Amino acid sequence: MNISVFYLIAFLSVFFSLMVIFAKNPVHSVIYLIITFFTFTIHYILLNAQFLAIVNFIVYMGAIMVLFLFVLMLLNLNKETEPVKSLLVKLAGVIAGMCLLVVLAGSLKAISTSAKGNPSTQEVVQNLDLGTVKYLGKVLFADFLLPFEVSSILLLSAMVGAVLLAKREKTEIS
Amino acid sequence: MEAQSSAVNYLPIIFQMLVAIGFVVGTMFVTHLIGPKRKTKDKLTPFESGIEVVGNARQPFSIKYFLVAILFVLFDVEVIFMYPWAVNFREFGWQGLIEMFIFMGTLLLGFIYIIKKRALDWD
Repeated sequence: MNISVFYLIAFLSVFFSLMVIFAKNPVHSVIYLIITFFTFTIHYILLNAQFLAIVNFIVYMGAIMVLFLFVLMLLNLNKETEPVKSLLVKLAGVIAGMCLLVVLAGSLKAISTSAKGNPSTQEVVQNLDLGTVKYLGKVLFADFLLPFEVSSILLLSAMVGAVLLAKREKTEIS
Repeated sequence: MEAQSSAVNYLPIIFQMLVAIGFVVGTMFVTHLIGPKRKTKDKLTPFESGIEVVGNARQPFSIKYFLVAILFVLFDVEVIFMYPWAVNFREFGWQGLIEMFIFMGTLLLGFIYIIKKRALDWD
């Protein structure tokens, strides 16, 4: 039953990702992207990665998509026709996409060959609680405490950067 | 109480979502189907508080909205980090509390900076 659900959701992911590209209206594209992210959330739940599912649902579907919409509104969407890309740009896009495909396929193949007989990967597969919020909290606050605290500095710098870039100084107005 | 850890436990949530979305879509579909339609030019114009439609809605808007949104995302990420901490709150004890306070203190500095810079004021 699980595998058929996976195939259904995978089909929906691919379908809505294609719709993101092919939709003419940019706002429709964003809405299809939200649906794509929702299917990713279901994928995470099927993989038992519950914390990632929650993060994907709240941060990506909720917050990041609002940012995407805002970026769309900051752009000028009055132009009906998009400028047609030159042949060179199209060719570069095709080559880059093919390279990504080769890298993904190669890395997946490397994982599948190294997984046999490697004890660490088998441990990962066997530990069913690996993706739960409780387990992740234990690991995060014990083994990965320093990266966690450093991430707060990263968020702080992002805040300061956003305010510096977007806030106009008061002296300029008067 | 041990945390449930299986994809099957999410089935009720999926059902609830299906019912919610199904109700909305079904209601809209049925009202379109059974309601009478008399389309006139006045009925089809966009209406907002009785004000006449002026210009185009697709205009670039102020960066202030974006600033509020991006600050919201940053604090949203902060709250996300609190879930794994809150679930294990009793086991961590004082040490976990101090670790979390260091994290939140750094972000509180950012919040004070935002307030002092009047980044959220709408002048």
